[in-house]
Amino acid sequence: MSTGQGVRLPLPGRAPARHRVHGPSALSGDLRRFWSLTFTLARTEFKLRFFGSALGYLWTLVRPLLLFGVLWVFFTQVGHVNDSTAPGAGYYGVQLLGSIVLFTFFAEATGGAVRSMVDRENLLRKIHFPRLVIPASIVLLAMFNLGLNLVVVFVFALGSGVTPMLSWLVLPLIVGGLVLLSSGVAMLLSALFVYFRDIQPIWEVISQILFYASPVIISIDTVREKVSATVLHLYMLNPLAVIFQQFRHSMVTHATLSAGQALGSWAALLEPFAIVVGIFAIGFAVFNRSAAKIAENL
Amino acid sequence: MSIETVSKTFRLPHQQYSTLKERVLHPFRTTEYDELNAVRDISVEIATGEFFGIVGRNGSGKSTLLKCIAGIYGVDAGRISIAGRLSPFIELGVGFNMDLTARDNVVINAIMLGLSRREARARFDEVIDFAELEEFVDLKLKNYSSGMLVRLAFATAILVDAEILLIDEVLAVGDAAFQQKCFEEFFRLKREGKTIVFVSHDMFSVERFCDRAMLMERGAMLQLADPHTIARAYHKLNFGDLPHEAPQSAPDEGGSAILDAWFESSGGERVTTVSQEEPLSMCFEVRLEEDLEDPVFAATLRTELGHTIIVARSDQHGSSSGSFRAGETVTVRFALPGWLTPSRYMLTPSVAREGTGEAAVAMVEDMTSVVVHGNSTGGILELPVETRIERA
Repeated sequence: MSTGQGVRLPLPGRAPARHRVHGPSALSGDLRRFWSLTFTLARTEFKLRFFGSALGYLWTLVRPLLLFGVLWVFFTQVGHVNDSTAPGAGYYGVQLLGSIVLFTFFAEATGGAVRSMVDRENLLRKIHFPRLVIPASIVLLAMFNLGLNLVVVFVFALGSGVTPMLSWLVLPLIVGGLVLLSSGVAMLLSALFVYFRDIQPIWEVISQILFYASPVIISIDTVREKVSATVLHLYMLNPLAVIFQQFRHSMVTHATLSAGQALGSWAALLEPFAIVVGIFAIGFAVFNRSAAKIAENL
Repeated sequence: MSIETVSKTFRLPHQQYSTLKERVLHPFRTTEYDELNAVRDISVEIATGEFFGIVGRNGSGKSTLLKCIAGIYGVDAGRISIAGRLSPFIELGVGFNMDLTARDNVVINAIMLGLSRREARARFDEVIDFAELEEFVDLKLKNYSSGMLVRLAFATAILVDAEILLIDEVLAVGDAAFQQKCFEEFFRLKREGKTIVFVSHDMFSVERFCDRAMLMERGAMLQLADPHTIARAYHKLNFGDLPHEAPQSAPDEGGSAILDAWFESSGGERVTTVSQEEPLSMCFEVRLEEDLEDPVFAATLRTELGHTIIVARSDQHGSSSGSFRAGETVTVRFALPGWLTPSRYMLTPSVAREGTGEAAVAMVEDMTSVVVHGNSTGGILELPVETRIERA
């Protein structure tokens, strides 16, 4: 083997410090790049939805609104939920719309993340960047939509007579918990889908079950009257239940139970909180482990 | 940049996508893998400011190696260290979105390549200016021609500040004027002392830009040398080891036959590839089984397209070849000056009877071939030209 001796080489210039090239990973160290990429991807996708079709944003709004319309007509006109004596029943519309908007965020963030790694194969195989950017951008995109939808919820709330309360300040905590949970699930699903292609239909079914297993249509106040303490306890282990119920309490009317009251004590909130943190940790661990090999396993 | 004993193996599962269902139903089934050693034990040291070429045939592992350097694939063994910032792109226009305008795409692409949003915006005009697409800035990319797309992508990629650029096959695109511009840009980068690793099939650009080059085959490094030597080796690898269809000419009634045909360098060596401007001889060997008086030995040189470039004949200048006895074996050589342009050429030897021109020995079409490599000027022959420019 010739070593190319005697070949003219340019004089070496200033020599920056050498560093070792590592394979791809979830975060790749550089947080600034992580954020700027995540934001750019989410922003691009958002822009495309906005300007891609003439009614762009309207369509993302129509889905939760339509679901709201159907459920509202069904449960107030047929099921007569709102003239029951349940606490806060007078604000049933706002409670329902708010919960649907929150659930839509969860469904978009997790459902969108499932295929995300596979759909962005092109980027993963050709550019070196923190792998976590992809599910993170999906969650961020869902957050953009959530922000816009929450504006609609607030307008609707004020329109139906909800008065601004100090407890509205809890909203960042509620949304924060929801984002943490959704991110954990998103990381888990996006990494698993690369290896198990039937995750998508499975998740669609689970997502549907969660919709009915959370206080979206019926508040916990009503559920509590119908079930035993053990079942209620299990029901409240679902972090979505806690989040939605607290939303009803803090954002709509104090006539409904707060999550803490429904569980019996605020300390009991640690359980669902631990579940959220656990899901996030597992999601990150699984994603981080598969990040290095994801480009070649696609 | 140093690459030390780097290896990369892909595991190719026999069964593609497994599903969760299968996993649950057959929890103990182990998946079988084929191992593909895409890159084997490669070590090379690339100096700062060097323009380094990696060449090799399809599937030789050169792109995988590039992806390992870029950090897209982790390596299984060995280590790669670099000094300075690396442009993380391998292909042009990755992440371009057809539904967005050029303006948006350039900014997004630049952010992907590692710039901040502000830097990307600041560089936008420069990019558009370089790509010569001022009039189309707000046009959606789906309405761009493929040439315009490539120009935009190249301009975006080249204007990213990085000390080390990795480039995979890019020069075969764009119109002639833009290509020239790209070449100039390469020279500029080279002057600025950027380190460039360049993967290509195009020996012309490898020879033109690279300081050194490496030839890869089946994941391993075959040779590391100056680009000229590598280009020769590459051509040899491509054309030299093809099974030569050198069918023995069927002996005719007399039993005479053309035994062999080959090309020779000026040094008398048999060659299958040769550099442009090197003299070359067309040679063949024939066994005569009858007495022949003044036969005409001839060699026809054709391009791959079948155009005849030259017919060399032994009676060209009225000279006679002499008389031959049955049982003799004759070797014929026609020496050519180095006027052939880069291409592949086929040799058809023949022997005809004097006067009638009737074939004395069965002719074999395209018995052997030679590849001439170098920089084509576009003509079919490189005749010696004397240039004279005079001021009035």
